[in-house]
Amino acid sequence: MTSTIDESNKEKMRSVSVDLNHDASLLIDIPDALCERDKVKFTVHTKTTLSSFQKPDFSVPRQHEDFIWLHDTLVETEDYAGLIIPPAPPKPDFESPREKMHKLGEGEATMTKEEYTKMKQELEAEYLAVFKKTVQVHEVFLQRLSSHPNLSKDRNFQIFLEYDQDLTVRRKNAKEMFGGFFKNMVKSADEVLISGIKEVDDFFEQEKTFLLDYYSKIKDSTAKAEKMTRSHKNIADDYIHISATLNSLSADDSTANKKHLEKLSDLFEKLRKVEGRVASDQELKLTELLRYYMRDIQAAKDLLYRRARALVDYENSNKALDKARLKSKDVPQAEEHQQQCLQKFDKLSESGKKELTSFKGRRVVAFRKNLIEMAELEIKHAKNNVSLLQGCIDLLKSI
Amino acid sequence: MATSSERSPPPFPDSEDQDVLDSEEVGGRDSDEDDGEDLFMSASNPPMTEMDTTLPTASQPTDVLMKPPSNIMDEPLIEPVSSQTENKPVNEVVSEPSDDFVDLTNNVTDSPDEAVAAESAIADAAKDTTEIPLDEPSDEFEDIFGSENEALQEEVVVANVTVEAATDNSGVTSGVTDTPGDGKTGSDDEQEAKETATDPIVDLGDDLPASVAQQPPPAREKCFDPLVDLLSDAPPAAAASIPSRATVDLFEDEGTDLFTEPRQTKSAMQQQKSLFGEPDEDLFGEPLGATSKKTISKEQDKPVKTKAASHVSNIGGPLQDNSRAEPPDIFTEEAVTTLPSITSTSTVNSKTNGVQSEEEADIFSKATVELSLDSPRGERRKDVTAKPSASALSQSAAASLAKPQSAALEELEEEEEEEQGDKFDIFVSVKDPEKIGDGMNAYMAYKLTTETQLAMFRNKTFTVRRRFSDFLGLYEKLSEKHGPNGFIVPPPPEKSILGMTKVKVGKEDSSSADFVERRRAALERYLQRVVNHPSLLQDPDVREFLEREELPRAVSTQALSGAGFLKMINKATDAVSKMTIKMNESDVWFEEKLQEVESADQHFRKLHALVESLVIHRKELSLNTANFAKSTAMLGSAEDNTALSRALSQLAEVEDKMEQLHQEQAANDTFNFAELIADYIRLLGAVRATFDHRMKAWQRWQDAQGALQKKRETEAKLLWANKPDKLQLAKEEIAEWEAKVTQYERDFERVSATVRKEVLRFEKEKAKNFKREIMNYLACLLQSQQQLIKYWEAFLPEAKAIA
Repeated sequence: MTSTIDESNKEKMRSVSVDLNHDASLLIDIPDALCERDKVKFTVHTKTTLSSFQKPDFSVPRQHEDFIWLHDTLVETEDYAGLIIPPAPPKPDFESPREKMHKLGEGEATMTKEEYTKMKQELEAEYLAVFKKTVQVHEVFLQRLSSHPNLSKDRNFQIFLEYDQDLTVRRKNAKEMFGGFFKNMVKSADEVLISGIKEVDDFFEQEKTFLLDYYSKIKDSTAKAEKMTRSHKNIADDYIHISATLNSLSADDSTANKKHLEKLSDLFEKLRKVEGRVASDQELKLTELLRYYMRDIQAAKDLLYRRARALVDYENSNKALDKARLKSKDVPQAEEHQQQCLQKFDKLSESGKKELTSFKGRRVVAFRKNLIEMAELEIKHAKNNVSLLQGCIDLLKSI
Repeated sequence: MATSSERSPPPFPDSEDQDVLDSEEVGGRDSDEDDGEDLFMSASNPPMTEMDTTLPTASQPTDVLMKPPSNIMDEPLIEPVSSQTENKPVNEVVSEPSDDFVDLTNNVTDSPDEAVAAESAIADAAKDTTEIPLDEPSDEFEDIFGSENEALQEEVVVANVTVEAATDNSGVTSGVTDTPGDGKTGSDDEQEAKETATDPIVDLGDDLPASVAQQPPPAREKCFDPLVDLLSDAPPAAAASIPSRATVDLFEDEGTDLFTEPRQTKSAMQQQKSLFGEPDEDLFGEPLGATSKKTISKEQDKPVKTKAASHVSNIGGPLQDNSRAEPPDIFTEEAVTTLPSITSTSTVNSKTNGVQSEEEADIFSKATVELSLDSPRGERRKDVTAKPSASALSQSAAASLAKPQSAALEELEEEEEEEQGDKFDIFVSVKDPEKIGDGMNAYMAYKLTTETQLAMFRNKTFTVRRRFSDFLGLYEKLSEKHGPNGFIVPPPPEKSILGMTKVKVGKEDSSSADFVERRRAALERYLQRVVNHPSLLQDPDVREFLEREELPRAVSTQALSGAGFLKMINKATDAVSKMTIKMNESDVWFEEKLQEVESADQHFRKLHALVESLVIHRKELSLNTANFAKSTAMLGSAEDNTALSRALSQLAEVEDKMEQLHQEQAANDTFNFAELIADYIRLLGAVRATFDHRMKAWQRWQDAQGALQKKRETEAKLLWANKPDKLQLAKEEIAEWEAKVTQYERDFERVSATVRKEVLRFEKEKAKNFKREIMNYLACLLQSQQQLIKYWEAFLPEAKAIA
């Protein structure tokens, strides 16, 4: 299956989940993407006035794995420990539409041709939506990097944007995969330990409880919203079948009822389109928003974790200094180490504070924008439905 | 009432005796008549006006023949009357018309036979109504009058009076009765004949009580009470039931005689004609001569006499007059009442033509009601005789009922696509499901409330309690009786062991409440369909079901009973025979319809499954929305930005409302859409059953033909073998089988015609009902969407308020 996104659609799918303060000096977008089997090739287009780039305008092909690589390198960079690293885009998931398509092919015999065609169209649309969404999250990731004062100057990021060959980043081997898994284990164990540490700063104490709480809530909401959206989708699908059956009913009917059935069939066909749009808009405006912030909060939590680690390091260095003083041995080294830890921790706290505050503002703005848009769309669709229904009722009355 | 006596002429000697008797009774009339008249005249104005309206016609009873009634026709009927009554002193009014009237009544009552003849004339007219709609015996009808005119002047006068009045009413200027000659010309078209005919019936059936009510003299009223009783439906006195039984007899006789083969009359007009042609000749051909008086009066005698007798016995008490005087009173009163009532109808008629035509239709259908009821059910006769009041009820109801019926008949006759008014005068509601008993013996009882304008029911509204199996029992009875005749008997909702067990166990969850509500609504629709069916409504079982307090328990409906087992076996054999019968369809229409029905059935089943899945998905959506709402509320409480927190909890509220909407919508999907489809799946099954019944009828015919063929072969063999003794037997057998073949062929044709008519009716009803229900459904959808808009619009400012 191969699809591309044309330029015209691009504006629509432009980042909705995050409100980015666009810096004209570095503009990034993904105008085009190509899906080949399980690989998606994105064309990353950059327009810049910065002198650090060789050209002002260039495009490079990138794969999903390259994005992951970029994200991981950023996370591992010590200097960015005090920043919220934008969450990595999720792996493109075309499995579910593909599976559905497969199922549809199996069930072809039980449907009329028309019904099948409609279902196929519906699935294709769904597939396209997933595809667009995938492109969008990748784009948003890059845009967030580019709009960040520090991260936009990252060397790796610039390489990612500029290097015109395949990056051919080394795929993680099994050991590293396991290592990553192990690291996660350690991290979550650490988190438990760290959470027991007495917080010195009220701000971070509050942030910590808030984020932990918020994360679990938003995770729940995301799951529920997904289910809700899927239900809408199911109803839209039911409408297709009902419409088709009504249509075949009317085809065989020779009585006065024929017209009624016809009209009803038409109505359901139209209703299902609206219902489908309701589903996709809810998906885009609500579920996607929640999903994104779920990941973003995870990133913020990671920041807190890194800070807590630094705090632990600092406290350990304090203890080491005390010990050294007690033994009067290696005191200057210990002092130096303690100073370093303190500096690091302070720096982390400072930038963390800034990051978290801006994150809060960003979240509120994004929620506002999306909720307004969703409400407007819901109203629009409902109005559409109303006029369709009213029209049909009037039609029936006149028969 | 008296309309229908003719067909069973009593043994002649007897009747002659009665004649004598009658004449004796009536002999005293003259004097009594005057009394009666005086009483009547002096009474008051309202009856006067009524009288007057007739009097223009009656004013010159002897002149009637001379003076063209067209004059009367031209003048508005009411006005001269009122002017008369107003302008002239009361005395004059009283005296003048009374004289005339006496004249008239004298004419009527001079000879006992005449009085009878008056009735017989009415009866004739009424009689003809039954025929006229069906073919054109109008000529004969006129003949009768004509000949009567010639032969018996006096009787003609009487006949003319009634007929004239009738024609007056009809507003036809060319009179049957203007001159005898005119009548003979046969220029009168069917309509006229019908119209003239309508009035007597109306008189006798409906208007008589009304006219009675308008007559103030208490003595009169008392005297009339029994009559009222007789004509209206409540017979309080045992005596009253006697006359009513007499009338019942009349109707019964007519039903049997006139319509021994009435089924064909529906299907084949030709047969009808012949059917009626003959009796007409029998009845009227002979009486044309001088004997007419006798025969008619003889026929008439019986009912009249019984009536009179009963009155004598009953009324004797309350009235101070001697009983001798009574019967004449009654007679005169009948004469009198017929006249006023005629006039009352005449005023109506003169006002609007539409009303008139409707009444015409009434009479048609009165005939057809009998037609449809009598032959299919011999047992009904028993019912009727057993419960005379009920039958009297039905008779009086027939007229009011008649509208839809007549329309149906017209549809059959002309197959015109005339839109049949959607107003039924009866509404049945099933309410208040209530669990009675505990455990597995528990059952649901429903409150049945019937609201009706139909006169066939005792009250306008009445309520009974019925349990589910009663509904099934009703269906069993109806389908047994009407199914084989090709009627589409609306099926009730199926038994559901699972659903009911849940209810029985007493789980108070939503699904069992859902189940009960679904079933309640389905039962209501089922009953409404039954009562909307013009023929089924006439069924005594239906009436009993709606009206009677206690019903005998329906036993055969239990799924696991012995009867149920038998039913299963029957069904199995039916299925086998269905497969084995290979019918070479002669009628393309049936073939196409059957195919259509079958494919519709298939599609409806699919649609039903789809809508059910829609309901499931809608419920899922509702559940998921509820969950999301809760989750959002939590998220809102976790949010530290006040405005956003507020917006989120608002969103949670909106989603909560959404959940409600989806819930309601799911119910709407179920009750208004899925149930509609389920109904049609059931109904289509019933339609298919009628096709099966038709096929069975065909098979029976074919079998009979085969048997006949065999008999003929044996006859040929016997003829060859020259065995005269056996030959006779064989011939008899052949005759027998020939009769059977014709009978079965007719049966088949009758069933075919009924099926055809029923399917057409079903389709029409379906289109109408479907449209209505769908619009209902869409309206619900629309409402929920409008609500949705409201909710989101209320939310929008909240979202915008996030800072």
